[in-house]
Amino acid sequence: MLFTLLSGLITSGLLIPFGKFFRTKWCAVLILLPLAIFCYLLQQIPLLANGGVRYEKYQWVPSLNINFDLRLDGLSMIFGLLISGIGTLIFLYASAYLKGHRYLDRFYAYLCLFMASMLGIVMSDNILLLFIFWELTSISSFFLIGFNNDNADSRKSALTALSITGLGGFFLLTGMILIGNIAGTFTISELIKSADLIKGHELYPLAIAMVFIGAFTKSAQFPFHFWLPGAMKAPTPVSAYLHSATMVKAGIFLLARFTPILGGTPAWSYTLMIFGGFTMIYAAVHALFRTDLKSILAYSTIAALGMLTCLIGLGTEAALIAAITFIVVHALYKATLFMTTGIIDHETGTRELTRLSGLRKVLLPVFIAGILAALSSAGMPLLFGFISKDLIYEATLHANQQLSIYLTLAAIITNVCLVAAGFMAGIKPFTGTLPEAYKKVHLPPAAMWMPPLILACLGLVFGLMPQLAGKQLITASLQTIHSGSDMVYLKLWHGFNTVLMLSLATLAIGTFVYLFNKADEKKMVLLKPFQAFSPQAFFGKLGDWFVDLSEWYTNIMHNGFLRSYLIKIILFAELLLAYELLVGGPIYIDYSKLSAISVYEAVNVFILMAAVILTVITSSRLTAVVGTSVIGYAICLMFVYYSAPDLAMTQFTIDTLTVVLFVFVLFNLPPFINQANNKVVIRDTVVALGFGIILSIIAIRVLQVPTDIAISKYYGDFAYTLAKGKNVVNVILVDFRGFDTMFEIVVLSIAALGVYSLIKLRLTSSEKE
Amino acid sequence: MLPILLLFSFFLLLRGHYYPGGGFVGGLVASIAFVLHSFAHGTINTMKILGYKPLALIPLGLGIAALAMFAPVFFGYPVMTGLWFEEPIPVIGMLGSALFFDLGVYLVVIGVVLTILFTISLYTH
Repeated sequence: MLFTLLSGLITSGLLIPFGKFFRTKWCAVLILLPLAIFCYLLQQIPLLANGGVRYEKYQWVPSLNINFDLRLDGLSMIFGLLISGIGTLIFLYASAYLKGHRYLDRFYAYLCLFMASMLGIVMSDNILLLFIFWELTSISSFFLIGFNNDNADSRKSALTALSITGLGGFFLLTGMILIGNIAGTFTISELIKSADLIKGHELYPLAIAMVFIGAFTKSAQFPFHFWLPGAMKAPTPVSAYLHSATMVKAGIFLLARFTPILGGTPAWSYTLMIFGGFTMIYAAVHALFRTDLKSILAYSTIAALGMLTCLIGLGTEAALIAAITFIVVHALYKATLFMTTGIIDHETGTRELTRLSGLRKVLLPVFIAGILAALSSAGMPLLFGFISKDLIYEATLHANQQLSIYLTLAAIITNVCLVAAGFMAGIKPFTGTLPEAYKKVHLPPAAMWMPPLILACLGLVFGLMPQLAGKQLITASLQTIHSGSDMVYLKLWHGFNTVLMLSLATLAIGTFVYLFNKADEKKMVLLKPFQAFSPQAFFGKLGDWFVDLSEWYTNIMHNGFLRSYLIKIILFAELLLAYELLVGGPIYIDYSKLSAISVYEAVNVFILMAAVILTVITSSRLTAVVGTSVIGYAICLMFVYYSAPDLAMTQFTIDTLTVVLFVFVLFNLPPFINQANNKVVIRDTVVALGFGIILSIIAIRVLQVPTDIAISKYYGDFAYTLAKGKNVVNVILVDFRGFDTMFEIVVLSIAALGVYSLIKLRLTSSEKE
Repeated sequence: MLPILLLFSFFLLLRGHYYPGGGFVGGLVASIAFVLHSFAHGTINTMKILGYKPLALIPLGLGIAALAMFAPVFFGYPVMTGLWFEEPIPVIGMLGSALFFDLGVYLVVIGVVLTILFTISLYTH
């Protein structure tokens, strides 16, 4: 199982150095990767019968509970098959769609990374690992959406998608840590066992709110839905992959994965049903107003995601069956429709519904794929969509009394709109008369029209023989999220009943709406007044505020004056230390323990104080420098008195060098100008005195606290036995705390490079002038 | 002065493990030696004695320190385990990875100090 994840990650890494070999037709070789994963997963299906789960465990960061625990159960299987299967077709499709593109290798690298991280999400058994892959999908989708990076719009929508999903990821992490801490484990299989504990905990509402925000942002639920239509700026293969089977389904997967852990409570169900229900109606109605093919698909995708959220929220066995089936159905027809749209766009150069018609004459195989997908999305009998539509109505009808009416009504409205939207995207461009301009349109290479056709035919095959999918896959995945379920029997024919009537009525009304909803750009104008209230506008404003805030903050905190940085740092340290001292309790001085002051020490202190005063009041820079060096040497002497030769030596050499440095720099400074006015002098005095007083108090306090000699004793004892050195200070530096020393010299080097490059750089720029 | 101070700095470096001294102080003393030389003979002449830019000492020192740090890994010990040769070597005394680490520190310190000082003195007048 590990290889399914690592192969994608490694391939994407290898494409950086070896990418140039795959820019040509050799990119077709890469298709073998998803294909191999797909075949491997197919092989594993029999293992999952009767709720079997395959685990693989690898230690990664056990101290943080992050382990590479993988699980392959029914749910992972169904998602894994969709990801790798549709992935194979997308890889093939993209090889023709982006043929000859300069950065085709990069595209495949992103795509591999994305696929691997999606597989990672569905196969993780550790929620923190799941989160890591979750973030990886956000990052890789950022690159995919912004793939046409010379287009400003494209960059902007990629950034929107990243900020929204990234924000959600942040909340999700919080939620996961909460859940993990409540249950004391981060492993999904163990979390399921302690589901009751989590549901009973007082932090449960907070935890599910966090998880919801994570899932809603990823799955484009209202009010976070707007990144999805924006993401349509991506090349069509990306949209087809991200928005049918993968990225947006990650949120749905998360909800399904957490159903056995968090689900079943009123808070869980009602929130999901309300948000899902609202999103599905909102987006489905919106879809009808669009004239851009990809926008229509984007909104109908949001509607479908709302439907899934709602079904998972409902949470009955029937609802979960409907949800799982609908995931598969939707992935199949939506990927097909995106790909046919891509072909139309690629061949005619437009996606405007108002300008497209009659393409069946020139793009026959595409037309077949489109019509099959549109009918499947409409729920036409004999197609897989019909079965899922039946299941949805069955689930909503058998919900409890009050809910059933509302849910069924919402489902009908959504489905009617989806029927119309599906027809608009899959049938409208192909019917009617062929405009003169498109007479010369020709069929693209087979690599482009085969993938949608295959998917569309799969929809037909599953529709005719639903047990092919139902018997093992759907049963197995149902068992993972709803324990104690029996075998699922998907049937093509349920007999004459309410469900069938509803299905047919939906189809009829949907067709009616389609016929009367003429594609017209004027409709968008109707929506204009509402733009100001839309979540997109709100989040846009929020973004602007954030920029303003950071600018304001930066101006205050990073104004580039060393003196202002210094005063902030010192003030902060003072406040922190003063607080610590206040909390710490009374301070007294035990005179009996202090050793007597010798004459040398007294003289030394006197010199030190004189030097301090001289430094402060002098008006010459050079005198000030000399003053500080006298202070340094005086302190150096103190170290000698108190038997710290290492410190003394270092202090001595450092001081010598500092004076030299100062003298070098002083040559280049203008003569001393007293820029400080009285106010500034008083402020600085107060800060400096405060710091001095606080440090003195701390020094006194250190005396009164019984020194913990264990540490120095440890170093003293072990310096020779463990590190074979007699000089304890040096042994600490090079051995016990070697890492610190290493990083210190790295920092030193960086500082030197900084000085070197700053001065050299300034010189070259002045030379240019 | 230069040779004596350099010798002294090297002596400080070597004795560091047993008596006051070590790479850091040794490096500082060596830098002072070069700085004094530059006072007497001019920075450009000091650069000539060094043969190449002091900047080059930084990566060299960092490399030696890093090698000394990771060398134990090749022998199957955790990073930074002290490795020691069995027999003491004449004059230098016991030789171990800690000494190489210290040598790295020594070189980095010389490199950093001289880079900063010489850059300022050469390019700002």
